[in-house]
Amino acid sequence: MFVEEDSDSAPKKTKTVTKAGIVNDVYERVGVTKSEASEYVEAVFALLKETLGKGEKVKISGFGKFEVHQKGERMGRNPRTGVEIMIEERKVPRFKASQVLKDELNKVNR
Amino acid sequence: MTKSELIEAISLKIGVPKKRAEDVVNAVFDSMKDALLGDERIEVRGFGSFSIRERKAKKGRNPRTGEQVFVDKKKSIHFRPGKELRSIVDKK
Repeated sequence: MFVEEDSDSAPKKTKTVTKAGIVNDVYERVGVTKSEASEYVEAVFALLKETLGKGEKVKISGFGKFEVHQKGERMGRNPRTGVEIMIEERKVPRFKASQVLKDELNKVNR
Repeated sequence: MTKSELIEAISLKIGVPKKRAEDVVNAVFDSMKDALLGDERIEVRGFGSFSIRERKAKKGRNPRTGEQVFVDKKKSIHFRPGKELRSIVDKK
């Protein structure tokens, strides 16, 4: 697998897999050329973005679901100055891992 | 959208047989799953990053009976949406 050493963002020695790593896995596992693999991977993430952009959720069985969550407006505070400001309502993407993946991660047998 | 609808959409978008699109979509999510199960982070520019967070073991209570239970430490998957995805979803 194609991995790269993480520099500063994540805690201790966590390897980070990037899009290039996923492309490489697709190339090795499916038997397509590298440029085809790259085109497919781009298309998958583009479609996920497009679908979520329409406010529609995406459910990948065995992996998890992506959805758009509507957050209401609320009062916030600038932590430095203490000035209160209104935070507008907004939509945020969310991911929830499937039970299967969570169990695998925690080695639970069902 | 489900995985099979995603497969269908990929097959149409790229113009390849559904079987090929299916193999690819499965490989993408298997690859991501393997990374996470191997305690690795995933970072996809513009889309977001996935990382493993450890939740400590704690003493809890069964909310129904009030009985004390021990909750083992466990891992959970955290997704942080990328800038581009955030703005696509929250276009005003």
